[in-house]
This record gives sequence, structure tokens and C-alpha cells, in this order.
Amino acid sequence: MTEPVNETHRAIEAVWRIESARLIGGLVRIVRDVGLAEDLAQDALVAALEQWPESGVPRNPGAWLMSTARRRAIDHFRHRGMADQKHEQLGREFDESQPDTAESLVGDMDDDISDDLLRLLFIACHPVLSIEARVALTLRLLGGLTTTEIARAFLVPEPTIAQRIVRAKRTLAEARVPYEVPRGADRAARITSVLGVIYLVFNEGYSATAGDDWMRPALCEDALRLGRILAGLAPDEAEVHGLVALMEIQASRSRARVGPGGEPILLMDQDRARWDRLLIGRGLTALARAEAIGGSLGPYALQAAIAACHARALRPEDTDWPRIVALYDALSELTPSPVIELNRAVAISMADGPAAGLDVVASLVDEPSLRGYHLLPAVRGDLLVKLGRLGEARSEFERAAFLTQNTRERHLLLERAAACQQS
Amino acid sequence: MRVMVMVKATADSEAGKMPTEQLLSDMMAFNEQLVKAGIMLAGDGLHPSSKGKRVRFSGSKRTVIDGPFTETKELIAGYWIWQVHSMDEAIEWVKRCPNPMETVSEIEIRPFFEADDFGAEFTPELRAKEERLRAEAAALAR
Repeated sequence: MTEPVNETHRAIEAVWRIESARLIGGLVRIVRDVGLAEDLAQDALVAALEQWPESGVPRNPGAWLMSTARRRAIDHFRHRGMADQKHEQLGREFDESQPDTAESLVGDMDDDISDDLLRLLFIACHPVLSIEARVALTLRLLGGLTTTEIARAFLVPEPTIAQRIVRAKRTLAEARVPYEVPRGADRAARITSVLGVIYLVFNEGYSATAGDDWMRPALCEDALRLGRILAGLAPDEAEVHGLVALMEIQASRSRARVGPGGEPILLMDQDRARWDRLLIGRGLTALARAEAIGGSLGPYALQAAIAACHARALRPEDTDWPRIVALYDALSELTPSPVIELNRAVAISMADGPAAGLDVVASLVDEPSLRGYHLLPAVRGDLLVKLGRLGEARSEFERAAFLTQNTRERHLLLERAAACQQS
Repeated sequence: MRVMVMVKATADSEAGKMPTEQLLSDMMAFNEQLVKAGIMLAGDGLHPSSKGKRVRFSGSKRTVIDGPFTETKELIAGYWIWQVHSMDEAIEWVKRCPNPMETVSEIEIRPFFEADDFGAEFTPELRAKEERLRAEAAALAR
């Protein structure tokens, strides 16, 4: 995309962000090919960049882009000399939207938009793609981010992202991934994949795994936006609301979890006055929606319920730790994982004392999947400090500092190690 | 970024004239679009200023003033809070809003302060104080 040089270009960029997902979704329905649909949408964008500075931004920019892209689609198939059948089908799609006025086009589109977006999201998060490809494609097609923006957000060279997207589109075409909203047994697994992608984007923003910044808030906002969009598209899926609740509540703490020097501040030490009450309110509402759908809570809703326990406590000492332990028990049963077990250990230490927590942690020390995980020694160190075993705590903190990839976090851990020595 | 989008009052809105059914349904459709796009965090309409009060501060003195207030164009009739990527995106969305009034009207977009915007003026002491106040406000709001 061209750098915006004036007001119209900036307006076009904003229009693109608003319209691109609907545009591409609508085009995929017609041409049944994600790569081609995106090319056509880009062509329409280029046409807008050429024409709007002269003609002004049309009253209904989305409809303008759509009808331009559809015209390009017809040209494309004519040039390619596609089989008559395909051509005819496309002609029909086009006729159905006559007369070609902005209003009728929008009315025509509105009914299909939800389905188009949902299908596009399912395609972008299709299991045939690698996780990295799903993330890049989702941000690009649904989030309206440019390749440059995605590359910057993930601290990856731009050509890498561009290549990832090209390959992903090729893979989708070669695998002949059907353009549909999955139903039945397949649906749950596919929803899980979509939720996984959105939460990965959120986490990449929330606790940057590499680099000097502890947070990259723009990615959190993109993930939240995708989650809220999905909640509108699939309102009957409890876990969608569960994930939205989890992200809203976690995001509510973003102002409180970084100190003035950029250093991370842990949950129990955060100034809760800095938590965003608006996002907490939205999170609790989303959690209530997930609970109202019925059935037992899924992993995202359970994590959201845990986050909600913290959000409801105005002071750390008000935290309902026994309830958090119970929620971790349920989570651990549903999706057994050493990381959840580690969190459960922390909750137990808060409910029943550090010694009880340390017992659970002890059972995790030989866990192979936690061998390189810095939070295991960090938690051990924390519990050992509380038990007054400072010498042992110090070596745990040092070990954790050695293992973490995050510069700021390493600094914090080394400080804690040094504090053990001084005492 | 977060913006507050304010619908300015008009003589009609101040007179308590209710919007037409058509406008209400257009506005509802617009709100639905905002929610579907994942940008709307909050929003509501406000009663005319005749139901409002003002508290005037002068040194240590506090004077309560009853509405209605006269400078109609400076009053607001409703607001949204949106999470958008840029001011340009907010402008594009506002352009799509149905005209909220039957007469000429305005919608104003104002970005929220982020803590960093305060710079050196906002000392750690001030910050701590402001946060304590917010905590108390939050506690009361529960």
C-alpha cells in the first residue's frame, strides 16, 4: 500500500481497514479463491487511490470498492477464458445485485456479510495451515493489517510475512479447502482453531515473547476486535464469549502491569486503581453471556472466570482464592497441562499457604515440558522467599532469569535474586 | 486508541423532542454495525440539559446551577466510546452515522488521554493521588 500523502489517502487507508474483510469475504464467495479475492480487492483499492483524490471519497465507499472489484472479477474471468459455466454463474451473481446503486448493493450485501466473514475466518484459521500462517492470514484478511504492520508487530522481516501469506494462499488453493462454515462435529474443532489464533495474537501483544517491550498494545487491540467480531458472528458459542471475556479482563490490566521504567509489575503488586473499569465491565458481561449459554464452562471461560475473581477484588487481600483453586481444578481436569498445574500451585499457596503450593510445584520439577520454562523457577523462588528460604530462592530466581527471553523480565528476576542476597 | 464521539445538542434535542422512528431504527442499525466491527465499547443518549446540574468552582466556593443551559452548541446529547486504530478511522465511522438530528448538527471526536500524554507535568505523586481517587470512585461505583 502506498504511504498516505494527503487527507484522501489517509481516508482511503481508514476505509480499507473498515471494509477490506467484508470486501474480501464477499469476493471469496464469488471467485472461491482467497488469493484471487485479495488481489481483486487490492485492485479496487488501487483504483480508489487513483480516482478518489480527483473525484472525492464516494458516499458509500464500501459499495464502490465492491462493485469495482466485481467488475475486475468479470474482466479476470473473461481474459482467462474461463469455462462458460463459471462465467455464467458470475454473471448471475452480478445480475442479482442490479440495479448497481450503492444502497441496493449494501442491502444485498448485508444479509451475506456475516456468513462471508465467518467463512473467511474459518479459512484463514484452517488446520491445513501452520499456526504462523493462520496468524498472518487472519490479521491480513480479517484485521485489515498491511504486511508491513504485521511484520512490525511480530518483529519479523517484512519479506518473511509476505512469503508466509503467499504460501498460505497457495496451500489453501492446493488443498482445495472448501469455502464453508463447518457444521457438526468438525465445527467445534474449527472454532477452537479460530479461538487459538485470536488468543495467540492477543498474547503476543500482551506478553511479548521476545524483544525489549513487555507489551505491544496494538496487537491486543487487534485481537480484541477480532474476538468481538467473532462474538457477533457466532453468538451461540459459549467459548467465543469466554475468550472475549478473558481478553477484555486481561487487557483491563495493561496500564497497571508496566512500571514507569517499562518493567513488568506482577498481578498482586499492581495498582488496581489503574485497571480499566470499562473493560472489566465488558469482560464480566461477556463471561455472563458464556455462562448463560449453559453447559459446563470451556477452557477460555474458566480462565476468564479466574481472571474475573481478580477483577472483582478491589484489593489483593479481597481475592477469593478458594474459588480460584476450584476453577483451576476444573481447568486442570479439562485441559491437563503442567503450566496450568503451576498456576494451580500458586493459587493453592495463596489459599492454603506457601508450603502447600511448594508441594504441588515439587511434583512439576521433573516435568520435561517445563524444563526451559522460566516461570517454574520464578514461582519456586517466590514461594521459597515466603518460607524464608532465601538462599534456595536466590538460585531459583537466577535460573529463571537465565531462561526468560524477555529483557525486562530478566532484569526483574535478577533484582529479586539480588534482594535475596541482601536480606 | 480510544476516542469519545459526542453528538452535539440542538434546539430540538434540548427541547426534549424525541427522534423519529426512522432515525431511531437507522441509529440502531448503525450501532449494530459498530458492535459487529468490534469497535464500540460503550455509548448512550443523554437527557436535555434541563434535567442536568452544574457545580461551579471558584476558589473554595461551590455553587450548584440548575439546567437548562443556554449555549446549546456546546452541550452534548449523547456519546460513544470507540476503540479505533486511528483518528482517520474514527472519522470514517462518524461519516457513516445517520444524521443524528433533523436540523444541522455536529458530532465531535476526541481522543482519550493516555497516561504518557501527561509527560513531566504529571508527577509520580500526582499520579498516585489521582489513582487513589479513581480507586475510591471505582469502589463507590460497585
